Amino acid sequence: MNVTNVIFAGLGGQGVLKGTDILGEVLFEKGFDVKKSEVHGMSQRGGSVSSEVRYGEKVFSPMIPHGEADYLIVLDETQVEVNISKLKKDGILISPKDVPTDKLANPKALNIMLLGALSVYLQEIELDAFLNALKMFLPEKLYAMNEEAFLLGRNSVNK
Amino acid sequence: MAKKFLLSGNEAIAMAARDCRVSLGVGYPGTPSSEILDEFSKLGGKAQWAPNEKVSLEVAIGGSFAQGRCMATMKHVGVNVAADPLFTIAYSGTPGGLVLISADDPGMASSQNEQDNRRYAISAGVPLLEPSDSQEAYDFTIKAFELSEKYKTLVILRMTTRVCHSKSIVVTNDNIAPAPAISYTKDVKSNVMIPAYARLAHKRMRQRLADIAAFNESSEFVKEEINSTELGVISSGISYMHVKDAAPEASVLKIGLSYPLPIERIRAFAAKVKRCVVVEEGDPIVAEACLAAGIKVEGKNEMYRFGELNVGRVRRILANDTTPEEAIPSGKPPQLCPGCPHRKSYEVLRDLNLIVTGDIGCYTLGVLPPFEAIDSCVCMGASITTGLGLRHVLPEKDAKRVVSVIGDSTFWHTGINGIVEMVYNRPATGHVVVILDNGTTAMTGLQEHAGTGRHLDNSASDKLVIEDVLKAMKVDNVDIVDTTLENERYKALLQERLASNDISVIIARRPCILGVAKLAKAAKKEVK
Repeated sequence: MNVTNVIFAGLGGQGVLKGTDILGEVLFEKGFDVKKSEVHGMSQRGGSVSSEVRYGEKVFSPMIPHGEADYLIVLDETQVEVNISKLKKDGILISPKDVPTDKLANPKALNIMLLGALSVYLQEIELDAFLNALKMFLPEKLYAMNEEAFLLGRNSVNK
Repeated sequence: MAKKFLLSGNEAIAMAARDCRVSLGVGYPGTPSSEILDEFSKLGGKAQWAPNEKVSLEVAIGGSFAQGRCMATMKHVGVNVAADPLFTIAYSGTPGGLVLISADDPGMASSQNEQDNRRYAISAGVPLLEPSDSQEAYDFTIKAFELSEKYKTLVILRMTTRVCHSKSIVVTNDNIAPAPAISYTKDVKSNVMIPAYARLAHKRMRQRLADIAAFNESSEFVKEEINSTELGVISSGISYMHVKDAAPEASVLKIGLSYPLPIERIRAFAAKVKRCVVVEEGDPIVAEACLAAGIKVEGKNEMYRFGELNVGRVRRILANDTTPEEAIPSGKPPQLCPGCPHRKSYEVLRDLNLIVTGDIGCYTLGVLPPFEAIDSCVCMGASITTGLGLRHVLPEKDAKRVVSVIGDSTFWHTGINGIVEMVYNRPATGHVVVILDNGTTAMTGLQEHAGTGRHLDNSASDKLVIEDVLKAMKVDNVDIVDTTLENERYKALLQERLASNDISVIIARRPCILGVAKLAKAAKKEVK
């Protein structure tokens, strides 16, 4: 039973949930069993927000067991400390430090840039699957800018 | 043809409601239930926000009197407000399909308590279904209507935060029994609960429960998975999913219809394993029912009554581990948005050193630094009434420092009853209420209400005007201020009203900044 665990974490308004919505859709379209978990409501008023995606052949709990995340994507450096214990020992942390944020046309596309960086590690999923999901979740006029952010993130990772 | 989607539990309920042709959905917003009606409306369903949960359940009951499939949606504490009609409709039974969706919040992600609403099913005497993922949220919604129509009873669909907000795969159902034709038949012995009829109805209700319990003994809602005979786990709802990850080797009895329990199925299962543990979130309801029936099971340690369960905690429960749990870093707490109109309202309340009774909404965040301006928060509508109690009992000097703050949606919910009390049982020192009117139900996601002039689907509605209602109710002084642009006036006015023995309401009116953005977006769509 091989389940892959991904966490997105940041602050309210940064697009954490959009990031996992897009990732969840990509994995769903690829035919994986997918579960995505988060808590809405009070926690979103500018506070810490995190969202989890689990995928594989069969997923039971939607919540990643503590310390068992394979990937931790953090949108705000201050949230690394709060979330790092969720990552497994040899897990991969991706934060704004790892991507060329200075090249972002709009800082709001940081979530997509980081998703691009993550995509390098998820080798079972081809680029087109991500771009199709971006098209599905973003308004037409924002697509080009987000595609650019995604590709900048994707090309910034040397793996 | 059956279709496949990745949906949250709330979206799955909405889709099931559409697919089984629910006539009417009525609710009051409350995390984690709020998205159900919005989604149902987007799918073409008829959905309405009621001023509170009691009203929403009653409107749904009325619809079911006409044989329509109706649902009422609310958060767990909302069921407290709707408890009055719930307990009596449990006696009456319903001619049409009637489902109450109770969204519980174990762990209190966004609530003032973590009450376990499975208790309501037992107490009122109605069946309760517990989905464990979005597929079951979809399937059980449809089955809840089938059960309701078959046994002529309200059915509670009990969701929890994780099931409401987690997304998982849903395959839709093409073979749904058609909804009955809408029709009305007079039946006073069932629908008029005068004592003579209610005595008989109570017996009918107990018989219904006995029938459903017998049905549950062989129902598809019970799933038995026999693996190891060393360990057996009885579970329901989201806990089942954690159990499957925490103890893949265990035998599992999963219960979907959690009240009335299939007690003989449980007894037979427990006899098949050496050790049988009940893993349930919240109160030890199934564990206690098993022990009362003489079934040898272990419940969880008391420390696991608190908060949500997860895979790690279920591992600990199964290992009988009662050592203190590691604290998880809490992160940055929520706060009032930059530019939120409540900020200026609270700065003045804080600086005047008042006793402020608070209420439920974004503005409850006024308790945190840098404001620390709220003294109490009990439940929806309680700010005005608890403020009145303080005014009646405190010595005059302190009584005159008491102010109640309440939001606009909360005012229409049950705050308005507090105004009735204020006018009727006026404290000797009067009272001052500040209505923080930001023109929306902000905390739960910007839902419309009776005072916004828009229905749930954004179409125009008649608009109730707070100041008109207050004036008609004979409140001595009703003033409207913008605490951001007229901060000095607000402060002076508040001091003046506090110094008098009048009963006064100050409406601090300025739209929620997120609400303005939402309306601008909606207007843009319309132009397109």
